[in-house]
Amino acid sequence: MSGAPDDSEVALELDCRGMLCPLPVIHLGRRVGEVPVGALLAVVATDVAARTDVPAWCRMRGHEYVGEDAAADGSPRYLVRRSG
Amino acid sequence: MTTSGYLDAASSEPMHPAARDTLLAALDQGYADPRRLHRTARSARLLLDNAREVVADCLGTRPDEVTFTASGTEAVHRGLLGLRAGRARHGDAVVHSAVEHSALLHAAAWVPGEHVAVDVDRTGRVSPADVACAAGAAGVAVAAVQAANHEVGTVQPVTEVAAALAGTGVPLFVDACASAGRLALPEGWDAAAASAHKWGGPAGVGLLLVRKGARWRNPFPGDDRVDERAAGFENVPAALAAAAALQAVVAERAEVGRRQAALVDRIRAAAAALPDTEVVGDPVDRLPHLVTFSCLYVDGEALVDGLDRRGFGVASGSACTASTLEPSHVLAAMGALTHGNVRVSLTRTTTEQEVDGLLAALPEVVAGIRAEVGL
Repeated sequence: MSGAPDDSEVALELDCRGMLCPLPVIHLGRRVGEVPVGALLAVVATDVAARTDVPAWCRMRGHEYVGEDAAADGSPRYLVRRSG
Repeated sequence: MTTSGYLDAASSEPMHPAARDTLLAALDQGYADPRRLHRTARSARLLLDNAREVVADCLGTRPDEVTFTASGTEAVHRGLLGLRAGRARHGDAVVHSAVEHSALLHAAAWVPGEHVAVDVDRTGRVSPADVACAAGAAGVAVAAVQAANHEVGTVQPVTEVAAALAGTGVPLFVDACASAGRLALPEGWDAAAASAHKWGGPAGVGLLLVRKGARWRNPFPGDDRVDERAAGFENVPAALAAAAALQAVVAERAEVGRRQAALVDRIRAAAAALPDTEVVGDPVDRLPHLVTFSCLYVDGEALVDGLDRRGFGVASGSACTASTLEPSHVLAAMGALTHGNVRVSLTRTTTEQEVDGLLAALPEVVAGIRAEVGL
């Protein structure tokens, strides 16, 4: 991902490693309200469905999907900006 | 026979009464080897030739372009890989839409050479120009685009793809398993496949269509049957029953399709009105009998189970409902939500009352699952 935010910009990182779909997105839905509007939220998820479902959640809930990078252990990490 | 609440016709349509009657009669007459020269064999051969002619007439093809296979999957394998083998001098790569049935993806992965998936738009439709662009690369043997998508119902622009491929020399394989009988077979294929149990024929009968003059080479061991593209002893009674069902379905499809499309419109509207639910696939240019939607925060298996407990049998493309534990590659290619997914597909006898019942149960089942996770 180009222009990846550094970790200091991530207001909240959710560890969803090992969770099967739809649990990563359920966690995202439950906890998005904990960060201020405009802040970045990260979901670390090993379930392959998250790659499609996190961007789809953003589209359906009106948030901004920022992109994918990797957590320190190499697990996929999906970045979301809370929009409202 | 009652099929009330069975809303999974896209997996398998209940047998059409015309097929059942024909099958029972043909079982008594079509048991002999159609290759033999005695009277009973000639009777079986007549039934098989009759089935071929009926199918050809229904699909607008020549009888000698029709081969009966043991399944739709086998027809897909033979169709795709036979065209590929016919182009061995030019290359071995396979170009296909990203939303083809897994039967085609498995066939492409089984042979050496590249297989290139062409992206689709949000409705699941592939662009003819994109297919032609990918097929224009060096070493491409064959391109494959389905007639309509089996999971979301979107009709593919097959005729336009064929036109875009003209001049490249790359032959086109069309998997018509989801649409055959329900929609007219599109023009422009060099080989095509269909599956009888998807239109109300018996299971265990597929159709391989190879256009006269197409360069098709048997990718598998040959056999010494009546039809050189087939292998194994023909299931003559089932082929005849498949043909009878196809004839009946084609004759009634204007009326049945109109009724199904109106019921699907109702389901689409009701699903779209559910909170955080996305209806996927083209709303208009689609299969008449099928609708797919995904509900946020809902486990697909729980949704299928919840509807089943209320008497409705539906399919799902969600990972938790798949033997592979992978989400549907079709939904992923479309960028659609893969969890909480349900595919509802109507049989030819699905009633308004059944749809009313489904639409009454659906919001309660979805709300119940969401309540369990606190959303």
